[in-house]
Amino acid sequence: MPQVDTTTNAGQLLAAASGGRRRVGDRVFSNTATAAAVTILALLAGVAIFLIAKGMPAFTHSASELPGGKTFIDYVAPLAFGTVLAASFAAIVAVPLAVAVALFITHIAPPRVALTLGYLVDLLAAIPSIIYGLWGIFVLGPAAVPVMQWLEEKLGFIPFFAGPASATGRTMFVAGLVLAVMILPIVSAVAREVFSQTPRKLQEGAQALGATRWEMIRMTVLPFGKSSVISGTMLGLGRALGETMAVTIILSASGAVTFNLISQSNPSTIAANIALDFPESSGLAVNVLIATGLVLFAITLVTNMAARAIIARQNRGE
Amino acid sequence: MSAISPHPGGALVSGGILPKWAPYGVFLGAAALSAAVLAAAGSFSIGLTLVFGVLLACVAIYSWSRAVEGPRRAVDRVVTMAIASAFALAMIPLASLLFEVAKRGLPGLSLEFITDDARGVINGGGAAHALVGTLVITGVATIISVPIGIMAAIYLTEYGGGKLRRALTFFVDVMTGIPSIVAGLFAYALFELFFGPGIRLGVMGSVALSVLMIPIVIRSAEEILKIVPNHLREAAYALGTPKWKTITKIVLPTAFAGLVTGVMIAIARIIGETAPLLVTTGVIDSINSDPFEGRMQNLAVYAYSEYRSPGVDKAASYERAWAAALLLIAIVMILNIVARMVYRRYKTEIR
Repeated sequence: MPQVDTTTNAGQLLAAASGGRRRVGDRVFSNTATAAAVTILALLAGVAIFLIAKGMPAFTHSASELPGGKTFIDYVAPLAFGTVLAASFAAIVAVPLAVAVALFITHIAPPRVALTLGYLVDLLAAIPSIIYGLWGIFVLGPAAVPVMQWLEEKLGFIPFFAGPASATGRTMFVAGLVLAVMILPIVSAVAREVFSQTPRKLQEGAQALGATRWEMIRMTVLPFGKSSVISGTMLGLGRALGETMAVTIILSASGAVTFNLISQSNPSTIAANIALDFPESSGLAVNVLIATGLVLFAITLVTNMAARAIIARQNRGE
Repeated sequence: MSAISPHPGGALVSGGILPKWAPYGVFLGAAALSAAVLAAAGSFSIGLTLVFGVLLACVAIYSWSRAVEGPRRAVDRVVTMAIASAFALAMIPLASLLFEVAKRGLPGLSLEFITDDARGVINGGGAAHALVGTLVITGVATIISVPIGIMAAIYLTEYGGGKLRRALTFFVDVMTGIPSIVAGLFAYALFELFFGPGIRLGVMGSVALSVLMIPIVIRSAEEILKIVPNHLREAAYALGTPKWKTITKIVLPTAFAGLVTGVMIAIARIIGETAPLLVTTGVIDSINSDPFEGRMQNLAVYAYSEYRSPGVDKAASYERAWAAALLLIAIVMILNIVARMVYRRYKTEIR
């Protein structure tokens, strides 16, 4: 915006012309703003530095000194597996639904109610995770037991549903479903934003050529919004990877490494493991938990940066 | 757009058009039919009725529309019905969750629940200590986050340029993705350095929450400051107003309602956080309003610990967990609604 630049210069010239007092005010204010910016970068660097510093002992000590007698890699690998499994399952469930929700709000629902429906979806994102956890264990879990039994009976040949189906609902399946509900508003918000920006001339052109609404959506909206769906999915994945309370409450974790989603023995996740063990830990155990937090931080960082890179490329392409 | 051929497969309206009520009628009919069949088979349930109802409705609307309107319209109809059903499916958890929290939380919610703490009470007591803790921890987090966040947003919109601006924009995005438990671990690691291992303080929770809150404040404040019209700034400069006065007297007051909305939504986001407080503020039974001294309870962790380690009377503990959940959700909803009202009431000023 060249306009802003010229006026800024004019303002600075005026300030300069009318003596030092005004410049002092300007300098103080702009320095404060810059300081706030630097503080935030320092804070983020601090997060990384402190986690590395406090996590280091877990890497340097030998297996026999660490709690559980396992090397750190052996300790964190099953947890990382559980984290990725839960988040991936959640994303597989949530993404098609989120795309449908976004399409419904932007292109199918009457414009008058679309805004309200959008608020409703956003409300899902506002609910604290502890409440999702309670809902998952008391409501969704019991409701999902017959579904899991059905999956075991009919689809038991697929490793994911090998069973035996849990009778309590404290499974990866239920935890993943709750995570899916939690990330749905994130994925659909990103998709909605871009779907509604599909160039009108493309949409109207398609309809003028006689396309039905679905043909119009398939030929203009979906290709236009494809990368937004991918980046939204990765943002959702990032959220699901780091989500703690819902998994902590729902999952009955046994440390098993298995793709079986519906049985009693489930791998734990990094975040849930920290929440469960941290309050009672001391000494080296704390360092180990912080080191697993560092691993989680790294995983989410890579996922989120990939998502942002896709969004940035898309914005530049416009 | 090579996909659109000049002669699309078949005329759009070959015979006629289905009546306006067709999708709704077909769905109701299909749901009624599947309910009847399920009841006859002795395995009626609302869930199964809806599943079979939707599947049946999709088949029915496709066949009917194909017969009357042709295949392309039929596909359009069936996809529309599928997307609408998917939306309804996505809303079921929200409805169920709000209903269950209200149903299970209301019996436990009383005046005593809000005014009593749980000190010296075996299996019982209220959540006053948790409520106080939530307010204090969130309040301190707000005091830390809002000035830093808004000044950083001012930097981004009014001053910033070059590398620092690009770095800040990028890292604020990165920061929004930090898992909340990692923010808690950071606060613990930071305070352990000064106070030794095993430290638990209210202010540690505030620091952890600030890590989560600052990026939200920056994002919303930046959006609002961006839409303050440039002619207001230019008019101020033309009168010889220094830049800092332009910002404090013109830009910020114009954007005030939007900034307040953004801060309230940020508070609503973090007030229900559990994980970072679990590792930083500890658990305690009595009221502690000093964030710099001793452990501090809060509503989210209270709900969690009532669930995780219930007293002798399990049902009563669970009831308290749900009551705390209801209180929490009520606070979050009120913050969200008031925030939207503030914005709607004052947003005209900005245009």
